[in-house]
Amino acid sequence: MSKQHTHSTSSYVVGLILAILLTNAAFILVGSKMLSGWPLVFALTGLAICQLWVQLRYFLHLGSESRPRWNLMAFAFAAVVICILVFGSLWIMKNLHYNMMPDMNKDIDREIMEKENIYR
Amino acid sequence: MSVIRQSEHTEKATFGFWLYLMTDCVLFASLFAVFAVMRNSVWDGPAGVDIFSLPYVWLLTMVLLLSSFTCGLALIAARSNNVRKTLWLLGLTGALGLVFLGLEAYEFAKLIHEGYGWQRSGFLSAFFTLVGMHGLHISAGLIWLTYLMPKIRRKGLISINRKRLLMFSMFWHFLDVIWIFIFTIVYLMGVSPL
Repeated sequence: MSKQHTHSTSSYVVGLILAILLTNAAFILVGSKMLSGWPLVFALTGLAICQLWVQLRYFLHLGSESRPRWNLMAFAFAAVVICILVFGSLWIMKNLHYNMMPDMNKDIDREIMEKENIYR
Repeated sequence: MSVIRQSEHTEKATFGFWLYLMTDCVLFASLFAVFAVMRNSVWDGPAGVDIFSLPYVWLLTMVLLLSSFTCGLALIAARSNNVRKTLWLLGLTGALGLVFLGLEAYEFAKLIHEGYGWQRSGFLSAFFTLVGMHGLHISAGLIWLTYLMPKIRRKGLISINRKRLLMFSMFWHFLDVIWIFIFTIVYLMGVSPL
């Protein structure tokens, strides 16, 4: 079974305090309008991943199980699948969006040929 | 001997439940992907910045986080064989979950009342599907809790009930983990357009 010290009340208190700090940091970052655009997106993603780690470690006790760490391996595999799913979808849809050019007034073929330096 | 077999059995069962949670992660990931693709497809409807209230989302986040915390404390109370404290903390967890669900339902009702339902735009369809799916999981957790608490009250903290409680706590913590990404990607990034 899991090690005893990771299941104590203090583990949950530390997890709660860190989660509250990270959550408030994210809300203050957006509320104060200190950052905008991509830097803000990266900062928020960083805070979310930190909080993911905090909650997995202090609430779900991931990584404190006995070896071999099957739970951790299943989690790592799920993380890979999720990355492929999310970034793959975004990539495909961005490409589709570009090639469809939803602006109906333009001649799509001509527009793309000009942009991509394609000649008939 | 029987104690060792018992703990090994619990470990196997929780691993199976953990695998279920990972597949649930993939379900949420596909909904997040849909939301990310649809986030700017607002047509003539409102964008995130027009309809989201950050203080309200902050409140939702804190309620769910506290509920996850009390759930963890219930697990510890169960480990020290304190039935009364376990039930009390589980009740608190459920009450906070109910408050969360009520606040979310109010937000949904308000949006629909203002004419910003899921049929308005691709963005709103994706929003209601993703956040609604999380709410549906919370509802399932609350139903699970109303089934689990009388069992603990009647039979006490016998090993099968401990196992059930452990799995419920995994489920509940997992829902809070999903919420981190909902408040970050849907709400916080939603009010700060790229």
